[in-house]
Amino acid sequence: MNRNAARPPGSSVDLAAIEAAIATLAEPAPPTLAHDALVAVGLADDYALIDSPIGPIRVAWNGRGVSAVDGTSDDRAFELAFLGRTGRRAARRESLPPRLARAIGRRLSGDRRAKVDLDLRGTSEFERAVWLKALEIPRGEVRPYGWIASEIGRPKAVRAVGTALGHNPIPLIVPCHRVVRSDGMLGQYSLGGPANKRTILAAEGLDPDEFESLARAGIRYLASDTTRIYCLPTCHNARRITPAHRVPFRSAAASEAAGYRACRECRPAGTGIAAA
Amino acid sequence: MDDQTRPIDDDLTALLADDLDAAFEALVNAHADRLFSIALRVLGNRADAEEAAQDAFVRAHRALSGYEPARIRELRLRAWLATIVVNVCRNRTRVRRVRTTELAFDPGAEPAADPVARRDTREAWASLLAGLPPAQRTAIVLRHVDGLSYAEMATALGRPEGTLKAQVHRGLAALREAFLATERRDREELTA
Repeated sequence: MNRNAARPPGSSVDLAAIEAAIATLAEPAPPTLAHDALVAVGLADDYALIDSPIGPIRVAWNGRGVSAVDGTSDDRAFELAFLGRTGRRAARRESLPPRLARAIGRRLSGDRRAKVDLDLRGTSEFERAVWLKALEIPRGEVRPYGWIASEIGRPKAVRAVGTALGHNPIPLIVPCHRVVRSDGMLGQYSLGGPANKRTILAAEGLDPDEFESLARAGIRYLASDTTRIYCLPTCHNARRITPAHRVPFRSAAASEAAGYRACRECRPAGTGIAAA
Repeated sequence: MDDQTRPIDDDLTALLADDLDAAFEALVNAHADRLFSIALRVLGNRADAEEAAQDAFVRAHRALSGYEPARIRELRLRAWLATIVVNVCRNRTRVRRVRTTELAFDPGAEPAADPVARRDTREAWASLLAGLPPAQRTAIVLRHVDGLSYAEMATALGRPEGTLKAQVHRGLAALREAFLATERRDREELTA
């Protein structure tokens, strides 16, 4: 086709004019783009409120995973604390991304297969070992600090375990509330204090009063005289023992001396705890 | 916007080589508008373009994380980032099997005005641009929307400068034809 012949008379458009028109097609990026890109690579964070047994809490996340769970009561205080700890800005969102919200919901309801990535940059190898071990404790059960210390191969580091749990930046999702004092009392809790620990454990199906009354009676382990196995008191295997067959022990050594072996799931032997 | 980011890019590569995470925000701020503009005019849709630009930054960060500092210092950021965003756009249209020209009109963006009224607007040119074959469109976007040199485009697209010049020229000629065609149609409608 002859292009020039097809052009109507009087209409001359040179290519330079078209270049000029095309050059006007640049557009400023939407204001959210830069922040969203930084969040995606983990150099900034978003956060939103979720419901929990202790009321609304703040959950922060970025492209690497969940970076904070926080009970602070207002946005500004949270943002400042977050900036202080991580050096990053956090921006308030209406809600979590749906997939993350679903995964967290499944985790908090006890599904340990639900994958929730955690952003634990800036923490020590020891702290991460403690927190990852806490993630293995099933919902509705608790373990003593000494258990974590023993399981991560640092049996003497019981106090350091307590400190690491106190610095857990992602409580609830990393269930430091499931770690209790070696004397069987529930102990301290970073997310708003001991009362919250009790509330959360109760919401998970543990009876805190029953647990503490066992502890006060000096009972640290429960065994079954049919299986000849002893457990930590909240182990799901211990809870299946009928009262007629339940044998209480004050120490692992006493259990072993009586001919019982340690449960392979709650692994109570190395906790080094014994009632006085 | 031809030379807007060039003076700071040398500083940026040095900063990125020094401390990637500390300098990456500056890279995002310096290049967000142009990566968004490229994606918008290649894909023809704002929401897709925002996602593509974000994805390009994520890929850039991942790549830079694996580069030695010496390699980062030698990067030609403008062309390198253009390569990434063009690839992201290409993958998106491939995966979705959507013809980008169908996305050219963003119904939420403006009222459907008649072509006579909007002939001179940017949107009219944007929709004509969106009607071009992908290779010509991409070449024109990089050359005339983003303002890359042909040398930079050759780096970004991995094609000889001559090929790219020909693509741009053919694309501009096709835009002129398309423009004249709409003009003819409008005139016929007016005189009918």
